[in-house]
Amino acid sequence: MRTPGRVLVRGGGVAGLCAAHELHAHGFAVELVERQAEVGAGASGLAGGMLAPYCERESAPEDVLRLGRHASDWWNAVLPGHVVCAGTLVVAPPRDAGELARFAARTEGYEWLDEAGIAALEPSLEGRFRKGLFFREEAHLDPRAALLGLSGRLKAQGVRLHFGATEPPTGRFDHVVDCTGAAAIGAVPGLRGVRGEMLCLETAEVALARPVRLLHPRHPLYIVPRGGGRFMVGATMIESDDAGPISARSLMELLNAAYALHPAFGEARLIEARAGIRPAFDDNLPRVIRDGGTIFVNGFYRHGFLLAPATARQAAHLMQRKAA
Amino acid sequence: MLDLYGTAVSSRLLLGTARYPSPAILADAVRASGAEIVTVSLRRETAGGKAGGAFFALIRDLGVRVLPNTAGCHSAKEAVTTARMARDLFGTNWIKLEVIGHHDTLQPDVFALVDAARTLCDDGFEVFPYTTDDLVVAERLLEAGCKVLMPWCAPIGSAAGPINPVALRAMRTHFPDVPLIVDAGLGRPSHAAAVMELGYDAVLLNTAVALAGDPVVMAKAFATAIDAGRKGFQAGLLSPRDMAEPSTPIIGRAVFS
Repeated sequence: MRTPGRVLVRGGGVAGLCAAHELHAHGFAVELVERQAEVGAGASGLAGGMLAPYCERESAPEDVLRLGRHASDWWNAVLPGHVVCAGTLVVAPPRDAGELARFAARTEGYEWLDEAGIAALEPSLEGRFRKGLFFREEAHLDPRAALLGLSGRLKAQGVRLHFGATEPPTGRFDHVVDCTGAAAIGAVPGLRGVRGEMLCLETAEVALARPVRLLHPRHPLYIVPRGGGRFMVGATMIESDDAGPISARSLMELLNAAYALHPAFGEARLIEARAGIRPAFDDNLPRVIRDGGTIFVNGFYRHGFLLAPATARQAAHLMQRKAA
Repeated sequence: MLDLYGTAVSSRLLLGTARYPSPAILADAVRASGAEIVTVSLRRETAGGKAGGAFFALIRDLGVRVLPNTAGCHSAKEAVTTARMARDLFGTNWIKLEVIGHHDTLQPDVFALVDAARTLCDDGFEVFPYTTDDLVVAERLLEAGCKVLMPWCAPIGSAAGPINPVALRAMRTHFPDVPLIVDAGLGRPSHAAAVMELGYDAVLLNTAVALAGDPVVMAKAFATAIDAGRKGFQAGLLSPRDMAEPSTPIIGRAVFS
């Protein structure tokens, strides 16, 4: 097959790796540069990894459901074994039960569960919540494992990945795809940062099979099982591009949410607490922008793993038209 | 026209800027509401003391007057520091003063509120204090130098509407010449119409619009209700009666039909 051109992908987070994969699949010769030395060191590595287009509809526009609906199929095809198709459970403390009705009114693709239904799905939560919503079609993955898996697969396919580099060692490129996320704030018009803070807890006393969202009027939060007794708790949303360490207040709020879900989290070990910057446009939807010789793919907000496959395909199609 | 510290304002709706699905929807909601004043929280949106960034630029670009607030502050000192930061950042002496006394109900700490109001008024600020419907506290705030009062009608974000109309009415009667803005607790457009019918000068909203299914339509609905309530108040409302009063004169009909 004739090579339609050589492409340099800038950025090795979820957007860059997905773009590299799709461009390679469309016949381009791809190289990728990432300034971080390790896979998963950027914002993508702090993601929840929830492939939850139905739940996200609570606050996101229709496009997120449309573009994200097939994300779990994409990840499953590219990285067999990484995607856990176990749905999402949404619960609320008794005094905030009204929040469940509100969540249900904004979303689709769920069924109502009673106490027994919740216990059947998540025995650890038996007796803790009267009502819940179950989004059966949703899935999740471990972001760092998926990023490592995807970079390994790309390497095996002959894509050259340069981590810890801002420029490729050699070569001329016909096209550039810029997926540098929050690093492009200031360079891409309209791009802003939304700070997110997360933490990881380790305990053998709680077992969860799927992401659990805890609704609360002030701090809606989620807990995603990572296997091996580890749980990711996220995430704050603060309109700021400050990437400094997690604040005491945010740490307290995240821990409070975990404790409210199950008191045994009070005895868990805190093994990680970090902050990152989500890149976002003013409508919180990602964009594929062609600007001269460069295609920018950015603005994933809280939907990197959910929407990167769809935008990567868009970028590859745009690149094909550009190359033709 | 409403006069707030010498600024004439025609819209009687003040809009908060937190918790919208996206900044684009926030901007559309502000436009749809016709609001001329928006409040913005400094405490929450300045991680690590780093001021602003793109979100504040976006707020400034809305082309409306910014009323910075001290939401999330739990002491007079914290509120005063935040107010001074806001003055530098937005170049305004206006400050919506919030000092939270109770974490769960977000009830204002009225003692710290009066202290902070005194400090800020002495420092040249024009203070909009978020307070309860307590008349004595209101007196103290006016003594401290406040020229506007912002009583709650129910706890912040509760959407309960005016839970104590008697107290709200007493406050209006007690302070006929002070601009009174209901801040916090409104859930529905009818709630806003109800407090405007009591003669309140304006309302401040955030959650009821930001978390609505369609914030833009809800912003418009509130603006319409506020206008209706205001006009109803100005036009003169009838008092309720115990007996029916026919709206059509019945002269000419037999009395014992």
